[in-house]
Amino acid sequence: MLYAILCYNHEEITSAWTREDDDRCMAQLMAVQEPLKQQGKLGPVARLLPTSAATTLRKTKDEPLVIDGPFAETKEQLLGFYVVDVDSLDEALGIARDLADANLSPGSYEIRPIMTFMPNTTP
Amino acid sequence: MTDIAWIDKALSAARPQAVAALLRYFRDLDAAEEAFQEACLRALKNWPKNGPPRDPTAWLVFVGRNSGIDAIRKTSRQTELPPEDQISDLNDSEADMAERLDNADYRDDVLRLLFVCCHPELPSTQQIALALRIVSGLSVRQIARAFIVSEAAMEQRITRAKARIARADVPFEAPGPVERAERFAAVAAMVYLVFNEGYSATGDEMPARVQLCEEAIRLARLLLRLFPTEPEMMGLLALMLLQHARMPARFDADGQIVLLEEQDRSLWNRAMINEGLALVDKALRHRRPGPYQVQAAIAALHARAERAEDTDWQEIDVLYAVLETMQPSPVVTLNRSVARAKLHGPQAGLDMIEPLAERLDTYFSFHGVRGAYFMQLGRNREAREEFDRAIALANSAAEAAHIRIHLDRLAKESAPAELAAAAKK
Repeated sequence: MLYAILCYNHEEITSAWTREDDDRCMAQLMAVQEPLKQQGKLGPVARLLPTSAATTLRKTKDEPLVIDGPFAETKEQLLGFYVVDVDSLDEALGIARDLADANLSPGSYEIRPIMTFMPNTTP
Repeated sequence: MTDIAWIDKALSAARPQAVAALLRYFRDLDAAEEAFQEACLRALKNWPKNGPPRDPTAWLVFVGRNSGIDAIRKTSRQTELPPEDQISDLNDSEADMAERLDNADYRDDVLRLLFVCCHPELPSTQQIALALRIVSGLSVRQIARAFIVSEAAMEQRITRAKARIARADVPFEAPGPVERAERFAAVAAMVYLVFNEGYSATGDEMPARVQLCEEAIRLARLLLRLFPTEPEMMGLLALMLLQHARMPARFDADGQIVLLEEQDRSLWNRAMINEGLALVDKALRHRRPGPYQVQAAIAALHARAERAEDTDWQEIDVLYAVLETMQPSPVVTLNRSVARAKLHGPQAGLDMIEPLAERLDTYFSFHGVRGAYFMQLGRNREAREEFDRAIALANSAAEAAHIRIHLDRLAKESAPAELAAAAKK
């Protein structure tokens, strides 16, 4: 069973981290990822650029609408996601819990089953 | 994890919006700042116990406003408001409060707060100092270090600027489209001033001043989140990101300036470049060009060139020509001449800047660039004169050292020739 783990957080806080904060956070997250990789449970991982660099295309009756900014105006922004190959929701929740512990900021993680999965094709 | 370090980051991240909203309530900078301070103190007490609120900014505004009102009531011997424990956390009242304080409210608040700092009667250094103190929340000590003045002098500068603003009429009504556009332009210019204060730093002052670049980028990101469809704000943020991305390559191990052409491009910050390039693309889609977008597009062409020799000088020349019509300035023409010289040789560059000689006579870069053209043309005596003049006008030791390298090279090259000429006599 494949799950995506979506990472939500306060962008204005994470983008104000110092280089040291950022490096520390990444190192802690890598420590969670490494064993999953060894077990073949880790799919592609992405960290996204700030939402100010986002553009949204919204399907309409006529031509699709292109809008500046992220999809939704929320207090927390989608900053990245994980794709994990696990047996159960509980296992995915466990990983999300580890990631939350490893993160410097609180934030939320949305766990959602995947219908179609495209394997990583970038080199 | 709700450790103190995280709370500290959350408080400083919330600061611009929270102080801006509190300024709307209290209509007084000092009162807004005090209310924010009080809210921060209560957050430090409350958050570790109850967990952080989902929307720290809304919490701080709510608690700050109550404590401000509380202070007024106390002095008039009235009942206190309920303690913030009762309004804290993930309950419905906070969700409702967050709803009411949505982006639409914040955007004009933040714009007003920044606009107040760029009051036209304040000299630009005071505008920047005030914005860094009030909006970004840097300590007086940090700001003083960035401007290389004593803490006492900076304290005085900020106090004076605040007093100046207290006497001025702060526009509290919601701005119309024209006022909003005017405020936006003034605020963008101030943000870019903050950036340039950091960008122009060299040597020992760099660590303290590089922070200014990051602060300016943070403010621009905040403004763009609040005004997501403003192409000039996209352009300004892109411009700063693309310039700041080169920071690790701009100086060598000895602190000497490394020119763009000679920089190790593998040191450039790819994440910042990618963000900058995406923003330039976003902005250009609006087809409402402006000076920041054009400058960002020029920076993007440099960023896209894998090697210096891949640079699209033709396109850069065209973009500078566009910038000249938007924002005529001898400095823009001086920059354009570099593209002309790349395309058509140093004489073309020299021809372009000759008419600027009078206006740019006291400008360091003018003499540096002119000297380089003379040097490339083999007119060494004139090159030396220009470089001597540039050194006299240098703004930093690093700038002077950079020009001295040219002079040393000229001395080595011309010494044998001059000896030979002397021998012939």
